Amino acid sequence: MLNYIWPAMILISIISATITNRIPELANSVLVGAHNAINLAISITGMMCFWTGIMKTAEKSNLTEKISKIFEFFIKFIFPECTPKSKASQAICMNITANLLGLGNAATPFGVKAMQELQKSNKSKKTASNGMIMLTVINTASLQIIPTMLCTLRQKHGSENPMKILPYLWVTSLCALTVGIVAAKCLEKRKGD
Amino acid sequence: MQNFGFYVVPAMIFMIILYASFKNVSVFDEFLTGSEEGFKTTISLIPTLVALVTGVTMLKSSGALELFANFVSPICTFLKIPPQIAPLAIMRPISGSGSTALLDNIFSNYGPDSLIGTIASMIMGSTETTFYTLTVYFGAVKIKNTGHALICAVLADICAIVTAILTAKLLTF
Repeated sequence: MLNYIWPAMILISIISATITNRIPELANSVLVGAHNAINLAISITGMMCFWTGIMKTAEKSNLTEKISKIFEFFIKFIFPECTPKSKASQAICMNITANLLGLGNAATPFGVKAMQELQKSNKSKKTASNGMIMLTVINTASLQIIPTMLCTLRQKHGSENPMKILPYLWVTSLCALTVGIVAAKCLEKRKGD
Repeated sequence: MQNFGFYVVPAMIFMIILYASFKNVSVFDEFLTGSEEGFKTTISLIPTLVALVTGVTMLKSSGALELFANFVSPICTFLKIPPQIAPLAIMRPISGSGSTALLDNIFSNYGPDSLIGTIASMIMGSTETTFYTLTVYFGAVKIKNTGHALICAVLADICAIVTAILTAKLLTF
């Protein structure tokens, strides 16, 4: 996938910069971008280390297993290849919990951990398994119950009721999530033929 | 309620550490073991992040998004969608900071409770930085062939944008 998208991004950037006369800005952005990437990596390293540490602690005390029981039905339906007690489904549950609570910082390390666990049982190591695709699709939809950043920004700009949109937001998120899951399920069945 | 986020993190950490101590887990040692795994993962992500972030920064500075938004806005007007939404909808899947900046801009120009402000809020709240998520998740396990992941994620995003516009119109009128 990225073998097509990434070159397309780079080529489109250079062509558009030529059209819009922004070549100097573009040249600068190459340096800035690479620099920002390292800054991003450093800034996520802390939370990656912290939350994978916390996850390990929760795993050893069997807390993650207890949490994953709550989602057992969901896991069975969405990730049929994962047994409810497996490390993969525990990490998936932690990832979903963190997403729901709006802990974006924690959701990524848990999600990455789940991907690594799913990779262990993946037959071809270069190709994404159905479970991996499903997990990624779920994570590209927003599951947050209370989007703190959004509400804070709305309040800052003088919204009368920053939380007013929440019920509508949940409906929207749920629609998007359902479409994502259904699409992933439909396409995976066709793959099995 | 808005401070919810501030309480969740300490509450969650408190619960996990307390439960582990209660179960006689050597909390510090286990934390370090897990932490080390996380560290290795992040280091292995650096090349992917450099490629992605540089690409996105180039795309943002090149004016390609504005060109695309200009192209899309007549279609938006035709569909009775405020065309000011187009740049945000295009930016959202590729850059978190970029889309936050656009949202802030929309809020200061039109107000958060206007139709445009509401649609923008809904789009922001119901989607994620899809491209970043896909890259990091698959990058972490070195998956080259991502199958139907992108199509499904984009379909979900389109659904979110359409539902956001419809529900926002419902909400403000």
